[in-house]
Amino acid sequence: MEPLIIAKKDDTPEIHLDAAAGKFEFSGKSLPEDVSTFYAPVFEWIKNFSATASGEPVFVFKMTYFNTASSKIILDILMRLEEMKNAGKEVSVEWHYGEDDEDMKEAGEEYSEIVEVPFKFVEG
Amino acid sequence: MEGIGDSGLASKSDYMKFVVSFHHMMVDKKLTLAYEGEVTQDITKAFTAMTEKNLEKVEEDGKIKKKVYHVMVECLQNIAKHADDDKDTASDKLEDGLSKTGIFIIGSDEKEYFITSGNGILNENIPALREMIDNINSLDADGLKELHKFKMRENAISSKGGAGLGFIDIARKTGNPLEYHFEPIDGRSSFFLLKSRISRVKEEQQ
Repeated sequence: MEPLIIAKKDDTPEIHLDAAAGKFEFSGKSLPEDVSTFYAPVFEWIKNFSATASGEPVFVFKMTYFNTASSKIILDILMRLEEMKNAGKEVSVEWHYGEDDEDMKEAGEEYSEIVEVPFKFVEG
Repeated sequence: MEGIGDSGLASKSDYMKFVVSFHHMMVDKKLTLAYEGEVTQDITKAFTAMTEKNLEKVEEDGKIKKKVYHVMVECLQNIAKHADDDKDTASDKLEDGLSKTGIFIIGSDEKEYFITSGNGILNENIPALREMIDNINSLDADGLKELHKFKMRENAISSKGGAGLGFIDIARKTGNPLEYHFEPIDGRSSFFLLKSRISRVKEEQQ
């Protein structure tokens, strides 16, 4: 399966989704004007991945900032992971937050209350 | 015609006097940025980058910097996405880039940062907006958290992102009520002003 790699920009995060390498990571800032168009390839990739996923994929979020439009999209991504989990895959989330970044930690905690996917929180 | 760009001597000095008083006004009101014009994604990126640099210069606390950044992005994108603007320059199409007319002001004193945004709104859209903001202002931290979760899950959201989530986020990040005002323009539309305040006093010192 082809990896999906998107380089980071001023207003969009770096995305690295590579099944062969076992790396599933979102990092940086997300405040695109058009969240749907920007994240469309991610949903397409996850859809294909969920059909063939094996092992115990860990989706890593190392976001430093996201706007409210992106927060809705991140929830959508997490809901796809929840669907994978319900289908019997051992998928989990690693939620990173900066030192002292209580707001980012809280955002992750809130997501973990909404979706039934195991969350691990990592500071720094 | 008298005004900006007029080369007549009298009006030129009038204009210079205006600039002087404008300058005094900005200093008096402790404004660091005042903008009127098209609000686009590029403007959002430029203003936030500029403010981040300014806050670094004054060695502002990291948490407060993040709050200012959050509120700025939500206010500016709110104008670009949701303002009712029927000028020729306005764009509501994501593929062309969003563009709406508005004002954006940021200032600070020793106690707080204040961020004000303003944009046109059709009078028919005022009651729903007023009700949404009043509801947000009536909630405590837990109430806002629940409303935030509910709104995020709500599927009926436009591709531009739902209005409402931004206001909730501002209220949560600042911990202050949203101050607003509707100034009538004509029978059809009004000017919507929103002011957010971010305390510069660190939580542990409060």
